[in-house]
This record gives sequence, C-alpha cells and structure tokens, in this order.
Amino acid sequence: MSQGILLFIEQRDGVLNRTSFEAMVAAQGIASATGEKLSAVVFGKSIASVASEVAARKLEAVYTVEDNKLAEYTCDGYVAASKQVVEKLDPRFVILSHTYQVRDFAPKLAATLGKTFVTDCVGYRTDGNDVVFTRQIFQGKINTDVRVTGAPPILASFQAGSYRADKAESAESAAPIAPLEINMGDVQIRTQAEPKFQEAKQAVDLSQAPLIVAVGRGIKSQENIEIVQKLAETLGAEIAASRPICDNEWLPMDRQIGSSGQTVSPKLYIAVGISGAIQHVVGMKNAQTIVAINKDAEAPIFDIADYGIVGDLFEIVPALTAEIEKVKGEG
Amino acid sequence: MNIVVCLKQVPKKDSILRIGPDQKWIDERDISYEMSEADAYALEEALRQKEKHGGEVIVISVGPERVRQSIKEALAKGADRAIHLHDPIFDTATDAAAIARSIAAALKDEKCDLIMTGLQSDDYGFAQVGLILAEHLGLPSATIVMEVQPEEGTVRVKRELESGWFQWVRLPMPALLTIQSGINQLRYATLKGIMAAKKKEIREVKAADAGLTADGLKPAQVIERAYLPEKTKRTEFIEGKPADAAAKLVEKLRFDARVI
Repeated sequence: MSQGILLFIEQRDGVLNRTSFEAMVAAQGIASATGEKLSAVVFGKSIASVASEVAARKLEAVYTVEDNKLAEYTCDGYVAASKQVVEKLDPRFVILSHTYQVRDFAPKLAATLGKTFVTDCVGYRTDGNDVVFTRQIFQGKINTDVRVTGAPPILASFQAGSYRADKAESAESAAPIAPLEINMGDVQIRTQAEPKFQEAKQAVDLSQAPLIVAVGRGIKSQENIEIVQKLAETLGAEIAASRPICDNEWLPMDRQIGSSGQTVSPKLYIAVGISGAIQHVVGMKNAQTIVAINKDAEAPIFDIADYGIVGDLFEIVPALTAEIEKVKGEG
Repeated sequence: MNIVVCLKQVPKKDSILRIGPDQKWIDERDISYEMSEADAYALEEALRQKEKHGGEVIVISVGPERVRQSIKEALAKGADRAIHLHDPIFDTATDAAAIARSIAAALKDEKCDLIMTGLQSDDYGFAQVGLILAEHLGLPSATIVMEVQPEEGTVRVKRELESGWFQWVRLPMPALLTIQSGINQLRYATLKGIMAAKKKEIREVKAADAGLTADGLKPAQVIERAYLPEKTKRTEFIEGKPADAAAKLVEKLRFDARVI
C-alpha cells in the first residue's frame, strides 16, 4: 500500500533550488495533517552537500540517487531514475516545486507510472485523510479545489511563491541520508544538451530601481507606449513591461518583469494595462506599494494592488503624468 | 517535414469570467472562444517550418462543435488538414491524461516528424498534455521552446530556462515540442486562405473510431469547486474623473505610502 510523502529536491551543479524548500513547507504540512512520514530525494552527481542541507530539515530521511547519467539534467534520465525511485518507495504523495525542470519531465513520469499529476498548486487542505489541492485556472483569475480520484502515488507540484522557504521546519538532529540504488544501465538519453547561456548581458538591472512603471497588453500598440514612457520620465522611474510587450519588441527584452524576465521589489510599482497573469506577478509581487491601472475591475492585478484605478488608461496615465508634474513643480 | 499541431480552443482572453451555477466551472453562457495563445504560436511555428522545408501541417483538436471555428482558422492560415475529436464522451474527459490519451489514439496512424503544442493552455493550464502524449507515443520531448532548427533526422531547439537562461538541445525526430508564446509573429488569415480552407479536410473522429470509451477516459482528478480567489491585499480603489483620481492617487502615494 502506498505510504508516506516523497519530496523531490531540485539542484543544479550542486546548488539547491530554493523553491524546493517552498514545496517542503507544503509537504511538511501535509505530513503533519495526514500523519504520513515525509522523506526527500535528490537526483544528480556530487550532491552530498545538497543532501545534508536538506537533511537538517524536519523529515524522516533523505535519499540520494547518483549516476553519471544524472550529472546534467535530461528529461529521459530524470524520468527513468525517478520512475524507479517512486516504484521502489511507493509513496502516497510525490511533492515537487513547479519549476521549468519539473514541467519538462514530471508529466512524463506521471504518464509512465500511469498516475495523476496535479500541477501548479497554490495551496491544499485536508478533508479527513484526503488532500484537496488548490490550483488556479484562467491564468490566476479563478481558483479551483481539485480532488484526486485516481490511485496513489499522487503527484502534485507547487507554484513558486506559494509558500515561504524560510518557513520550512528544521529538526534538532539531522535526518539520515541513504543512497538509493537504481539501474540506469539500459537507459538511453535521446537528447543532447549544449551549455546553458544568457542572452546578451542584461543591459538594465531593474532589481535596484526604487520606482518602476510597467506597461502591459492594455496599451494596444507600440505608438501608445509613449504616454507610459512620459509618466516614467516625469516620475524618475524605470520603465518595464510584461511579456507580450517584449515579445512584440515594443520594448527591449531586458525590460521584462516576470518568471522569464527580471524579479524586482521597488518602493513603487505602477502597473499600467497589466492584467496580472501569474507569470508576471511572481516578478513584482514583493514591491512595497503596487498601483494598478486597468479597465477590467476583475483583473487579477487588483488582488495584489494597494491602490487601484479602474478605467481607461489612455485618460488616466496622462492625467497622472500631469499631476506629478504639478507636484514636482511645487517641490 | 510533416508536423502535427495540437490546438485547444479556450474562452477569449478578455472574457469576463463568472462562476457557473454548479460552482465547478465558469458560466459558459455569453462566452466567445479563440485558439489558446501558446497553441496559436505553435501553429505559426509549424507553418513557418513547412514553408521552409515542405511537408504538411495537420491540426488536431478535441472539443464540441464550436471548436470547428478554431480549426477552420488554422486551415485558413495554411494548415493542410485537420482532425476533430468530436464526441460527448470527450466533454467529461477533463484531465490532462484523458485528453492526451484521446489525442494519442487519434494520431496512431499519422506519420509525422514533429508534434507541436503550446506550453500550456490559457484555461486549465495543466502544462501536461503534450508531454503525456509524447510518453504514449514513445517520443523524446523538449518544453518551452523559443527556436526550432530542423536538421538531417534531428531537430535543434532553444529551450527557455528560468531567469533569462537558455539552452540548445538536439533531439532525434520524431519529437514533441511545447512552444513558448512569442516565439514568432502570428499571421492573420488572408481572404485567399479563408477560401482555400473551405476545400480542406476536417476528419471527425468519434471516441469509438479511436477505440476510446467513457470508462477509459474517466479523469483521475476533478474540480470539486471553482471560486474567485481571495484577495491577499486590501486594494483601495480610487474613483472619480481621470484628473481627480490622479490627484487623489498622487496624494496617497506622497503622504500615506510615502513612496514618491
């Protein structure tokens, strides 16, 4: 019978991905609510230091899975290794963080196991001995409670930022670290990866900017960006954008905020015509004060805004620029 | 080079979404639909590859009658033919595994070099269907692809990693790629394209044709309740004419939040 909770730890070049500790908070919570025992597993090569960092947390055991074929991440290698681990340990839950790497292999893992995978969860609750997962649909506009009707192991991944990594509980004494033997001899790695790289060195570092004015899809066309630029200049702020704006090359890529761009935490973030898709929000939700200007009162950006103006940005932005000019003139 | 593109039809981006009467999904009355954004980019990428290397683009979609609209749009943009999985049985096959199993069954006899999907849909956002499909078909895969370079028997793709990092990966074909939004510039259908689409084949596949049963497509995860998210912050909404609202906002930013 499937028992326990198995948390997948993500590491690259021996460095732990912090989102694994966020997922650990969820896993520790589910463990205490259901009485299931929590262990973690680390895949790779030369992962002793990651394993001991994890072992200092409150869990029963840390398993290490080392093989030359796991030295660099590949989908085939990870699916083959993690399948053997899940079959060997037969946990009731497999918990992961919803990283790009997990998105690349875990659905195949679920498929080859014939099990269900609840992706991109933002929370959970327990109902008796069951766990009901919360996940967002329509890009964060609607929440759903998802009940799993399929047999365990149940896979679930948690979205970055759903839990705080520093809330992962530590233990008084370190958990035992146990190597797991798997057989990778027959595993064929079909993909060849080249070294990873960054696109032309980022020219603009927005992470230090105290004031940011960001523009999104609501601006409609490239010519209209000017009014937002004017606002940023008047305010002495950096201009930034959501992904669609940079995809259209209306502003350069190095102005992009979000999961595929920069992460910022300015004093003031003014979001103009940005609906607030989760991919954008993860990059700016830690701003001290957030202002949202949007025509759609239901836009998810208002869920995290301190101040909101619902209306036509083409009227509001110039008015705001004029007002700031006036105030500065008084200055 | 033959490319299959998996298309999903979803409510339009600017739809006002309300919770439906059963509180398990949105209220679908008065909703209009469109191709899910990342799938539209996958289609565009497939059309561009076909224009460079020849071959055929086949689109496949699961869903009710309305889905034909998006299929026709794909054909008008230049896809050669389409497969429509159209059966009430698919209406309840709502999890990623059931959808992927259905598509895998319908593609059993298709010979293709690449399958492309969007990286995730704009409605459920599972980000799983493509990969599960690849697993069923025994194909290597790459996700969140930003550039596609077919070579002799292989395809070299640029994958987006997190925080501005990228990586080129080479895969043997056939392979499955999930495409990131913004990989290319979308085209519009031309009048000529729309006329040509009228003669193109849309093959309708019923569940039984693909050897699928309602029992075999029972979802393993279901939405128990759908609801609007609770706000994590109390938003102070500022009302009034633009000039008045702007003045009020600036005052609050100066004297309450003290950020300017």
